[in-house]
Amino acid sequence: MLEIKNLHVKLADEDKVILRGLDLSIGAGEVHAIMGPNGSGKSTLSYVLSGREGYEVTDGSAKLLGEELLEMEPEARAAAGLFLAFQYPVEIPGVGNMTFLRTALNAQRKARGEEEVSAGDFLKLVREKAKTLKIDAEMLKRPVNVGFSGGEKKRNEILQMAMLEPKMCILDETDSGLDVDAMKLVSDGVNALRDAGRSFLVITHYQRLLDHIKPDVVHIMAAGRIVKTGGPELALEVENNGYADLLAEVQA
Amino acid sequence: MTIQQAKADALAARLGAGAEGQGGSTQQSWLGAAQAAALARVQGMGLPGKRDEYWRYTDPSTLNVPKALSAALFDNRGEPRPFSAVDRLKLVFVDGVFDPAQSDSLALEGIEIERLSQAAANPSHWAAGLYGTLEARGQTPVERPFAALNTAQADEGVLIRVTGKPSRPVSLIYLRKSVDCDAILHHLIKVESGAELTLLENGPAAARLSKVMEVEVADKGRFHHVRTQGRDHDRRAISHIFARIGAGALFKSFTLTANGRLTRTEAFIELLGADSVAHIAGASVGDGDFHHDDTVFVTHAAERCESRQVYKKVLKNGAVGVFQGKILVKQGAQKTDGYQISQSLLLDDDSQFLAKPELEIYADDVKCSHGSTSGAIDDTALYYLRSRGVPLKQAQSLLVLAFLAEAIAEIDDEAIAEDIRGRLEAWLHRHEHAGNGQ
Repeated sequence: MLEIKNLHVKLADEDKVILRGLDLSIGAGEVHAIMGPNGSGKSTLSYVLSGREGYEVTDGSAKLLGEELLEMEPEARAAAGLFLAFQYPVEIPGVGNMTFLRTALNAQRKARGEEEVSAGDFLKLVREKAKTLKIDAEMLKRPVNVGFSGGEKKRNEILQMAMLEPKMCILDETDSGLDVDAMKLVSDGVNALRDAGRSFLVITHYQRLLDHIKPDVVHIMAAGRIVKTGGPELALEVENNGYADLLAEVQA
Repeated sequence: MTIQQAKADALAARLGAGAEGQGGSTQQSWLGAAQAAALARVQGMGLPGKRDEYWRYTDPSTLNVPKALSAALFDNRGEPRPFSAVDRLKLVFVDGVFDPAQSDSLALEGIEIERLSQAAANPSHWAAGLYGTLEARGQTPVERPFAALNTAQADEGVLIRVTGKPSRPVSLIYLRKSVDCDAILHHLIKVESGAELTLLENGPAAARLSKVMEVEVADKGRFHHVRTQGRDHDRRAISHIFARIGAGALFKSFTLTANGRLTRTEAFIELLGADSVAHIAGASVGDGDFHHDDTVFVTHAAERCESRQVYKKVLKNGAVGVFQGKILVKQGAQKTDGYQISQSLLLDDDSQFLAKPELEIYADDVKCSHGSTSGAIDDTALYYLRSRGVPLKQAQSLLVLAFLAEAIAEIDDEAIAEDIRGRLEAWLHRHEHAGNGQ
């Protein structure tokens, strides 16, 4: 599904290098988790994959289903099946949540040469998906993320994911700012989307989220690279011992 | 040469070029008398120069010249006409002259509509003693010479008296055929106690338009006004609204301005009765060498009144936006709730927004706020939309519409608001592809 090879990334405006030869391969239907200390480049990886400005790729490639992502505009990456659930979902005053969802859905369908979804079908679909995420009609009517609580914003991200049905989902610290109940709700939403044809990359600091969204593979990231890869037990090790031992072991 | 002498000379030059100082009515009629008084008013003021404080951001010279400069006709026949989906009573003006053949019958229940030129013959007409009165009140504290000149010279316009709640909006449509004609229109509207009117206006009217609308809203009357100004590139327009609002009454006005070489839109609104409400809003989009000036003066002279000024401008390719807005709260106008916002979205580095927000308050128990901002499209919001698959140009348009939304929200009638939104969407869509122009 996603093949990242030798990815090197620096900030566009300064000489700061963030990713230093990152390799990552995620198969169809797999759930991978990335953990790592602050500043290791986890969020940068998600931004670079989704096409945010401000980064310069100096080497390497990232392919989604064989297509080079790094050469595409952000909207083309989305149409190709990439979705990033933001750590800090963006507020857009003046744009209704419904309008936003429908515009995004139809834009992607158009880009793929598919028919646009009719107003009636869209409404039915969004109501059904919103209900399972406990998103009420009021929230759908409000401007995108404006006045939403932290939990509501994250639920709204998962709603977008459910509506857009991407192939490769990246969750960037989706657990941050969530209480236990909200985490359960969001995780259930994600788990409901798990499918043989859909892969996930879950970026998190805490084992707790991985109790709900069970990963197949766990990676430890440090200083811009994947330094260790293992099964779910690796996340437990981090939770119990922190990164210091792990990193020392890698550097030895 | 003193400034005053320069102003007097400018007026003499404008009046000297063949045009009479005064409209066609005879001195003996009430209209003639009002026009003679207005001519005396403007002669006392002269026409503004660049050094005039009130004209600091807008050069009046092309309004001062004796004849309109030529302005190519703009062909937009392929597009839906404004308000075409709204059931309305249509009054059509061509080059500033009323055209009965293209207009609907003036008869509508709850309302009296007459042409200005015809009403002058009736000595006991309700407009006698009212025509020019609101404009004259609006000359202090700031002089508005073009309005007085309009009152003096107009021989076309409509007089509308609303006594009930007419079933349809009245729609004034200003077509133009001549490339270089002037049009002078003066409308007078009286909304009687408890009555209600929605007034629509659209079209470029002329190469150079001078328009004054005097609006009196009696106690508990309601007046809604929505207009779009034609977007012929070279047209120039100076318009004034003078409104006097009674107790418990409502006044709402929204203006859409798109392109046009020069558009100066002034409003002078007085809240004279307690518990009255005045909202005035403008959305303007300029792509090219266009200049949009909104100059607003709202006076609170009674208790517990509410006023809102909401102005949003989207500018690119050298367009200039100006906002001069004032809230004056008179002594005794306690519990005033005043709000003013003027914002611009600059889509490139070539465009400019000049704002002069003012508050002047003589009562001690009031709530007044004003704000003015200028900025570019939010990159983070743009990235968020694109990351969801919305193409760049479409995402930009969506954010521009979102920026204008607060102004459009001032239109109460949803069908009319939708019409305006649709026009803006179409404009933005055309400009996604064409760099400059339409």
